Amino acid sequence: MHKKIRELILKCANSSKASHVGSALSIVEILEALYFNVANISKDNFNKPNRDRIILSKGHGSLALYATLALKNIIPMEALDKYLVDGGVLPCHIDMQSANGLEASTGSLGHGLGIAEGFVLSNRLKNINSRIFVIIGDGEFQEGSIMEALNSIGSLKLNEITVILDNNKFQASAATKDVADVNNYEKIFSAFGFDVESVDGHNVDLLTKALNKKSQKPTAIIANTLKGKGFSFMEDTLESHYIKIDDEKMKIGLTELENV
Amino acid sequence: MRMVFADTLLELAKQDERICLITPDMGYGILDKFQKTFPKRYFNLGITEQNCMSVASGMALNGLKPYVYSIIPFVVHRCLEQIRVDVSYMNTDVKIIGVGSGFEYGAAGATHHGTEDISMMRALPNMTICAPGDNYEMVEIAKLTAKTKDPTYIRIGRHNHGILNHNKIELSKASIIEQGKEIALIATGNMLPVAYDFAQELKKENINPTLISMHTIKPIDKECILKLINDGYKIYTFEEHTIIGGLGSAVAEIIAESGQKATFKRIGINDKYSHVVGSAQYIREQFKLDIKGVIEQCC
Repeated sequence: MHKKIRELILKCANSSKASHVGSALSIVEILEALYFNVANISKDNFNKPNRDRIILSKGHGSLALYATLALKNIIPMEALDKYLVDGGVLPCHIDMQSANGLEASTGSLGHGLGIAEGFVLSNRLKNINSRIFVIIGDGEFQEGSIMEALNSIGSLKLNEITVILDNNKFQASAATKDVADVNNYEKIFSAFGFDVESVDGHNVDLLTKALNKKSQKPTAIIANTLKGKGFSFMEDTLESHYIKIDDEKMKIGLTELENV
Repeated sequence: MRMVFADTLLELAKQDERICLITPDMGYGILDKFQKTFPKRYFNLGITEQNCMSVASGMALNGLKPYVYSIIPFVVHRCLEQIRVDVSYMNTDVKIIGVGSGFEYGAAGATHHGTEDISMMRALPNMTICAPGDNYEMVEIAKLTAKTKDPTYIRIGRHNHGILNHNKIELSKASIIEQGKEIALIATGNMLPVAYDFAQELKKENINPTLISMHTIKPIDKECILKLINDGYKIYTFEEHTIIGGLGSAVAEIIAESGQKATFKRIGINDKYSHVVGSAQYIREQFKLDIKGVIEQCC
């Protein structure tokens, strides 16, 4: 499925000339594991109160989410043609009013964890026991509101919450380590009361296994990923944040996908 | 007034189980009854204003009616971007309760003063803004806003003054406290009793102003203001808030676009922070927002 998601991302990026392609490509396997293997979310229950929920807190990776939702038949495949074009449907950063299956409007960083906490606290009042998954970026981890949320979620032992840190090692203007050199996310999450596991963020089986583990504590999964994963002309580069997919790049990209 | 709010919310919560109360560690002695009565619906989430606002948004998206309670600068300014995205943009049913309007926390200093909150909240689409001027307005506004699904900011101020508004209150409908002629005094929040006292002073001079409580600042009662303009009133606005962007500005915008002339003056805080040491009342005097200062500014 990740191959199909990458293909859709590439085609949308080509037709819209949008950026943030690298940020979408690093979370493809995370979304596949979540939507296709772990979370209780489908075209039949995406509006039901007891569904699991996935919040893409790093809202600039929206293209991967839209592609995944289309493959889950939660949004129509045609909506992808209306990504980031004049008069379109799907915006660069997520507007929850724009399509089905979007749990929050994100794009400004550091909001998703708090919203997830709100989901869990209200679910508990309603005796609903569903899981909430939040995907945050390693750059996003610098936001102060993330610390507020981790402190609160850990203290309240909200074990319904699983945070997936997309550790793609680049933020908007630099390599993450050159800006804020957090070399031990595990320790930080652990200190806030989370169970932590680091996995290869491009291995769907390992991600699925980690995501399926039960815990009495909230869980953090450090998904070690590559920005721009899957395409030689942008993999593991800062430029993948800004790269435009012209026709030639798309052609190369589609060939690379076939040969994987 | 904040105690009146807390008591009213408690009664509302008895009737509506969706009501929850979130506080970033504020409300000692004020929210205790709510906490005791509904321990599962009371959340002290710690000194995390940004997170509190996001949590409230998540709760509202999930069908609850969360109230977030703190002192104005912390529940408005500290988490303004969370309010903008998670409440205003996402149009969630979050009620933001700011206490200590204007110089209410006088002695605590300007970090605790609520003097620019209306301006900031007015700029946010979908946001309703209320500022009760007496305890009757407080009760009614708490009840009326609890029935709406709109993002709402309630700006709470001083207490211990009598009831001035005896009208039936509707949101976005100005209350005429006293009907007079030629001069209209439009006040909000803490300045309602001061404007009332000013009206009584004017009456001694055989001037009978119309006194209006603008308890809802957004959406504002445009019709009421247009009528005052059409009837040739000299208009004064009174707010314990910067004159930039608050009630005075809202009224000025209506005057400016009315195509008519009006004599108009804004009474408020003139684009300054307080560096004064002293009580709320002392600071109000220094800023000419007490009755003596108001007379000086208006006459």
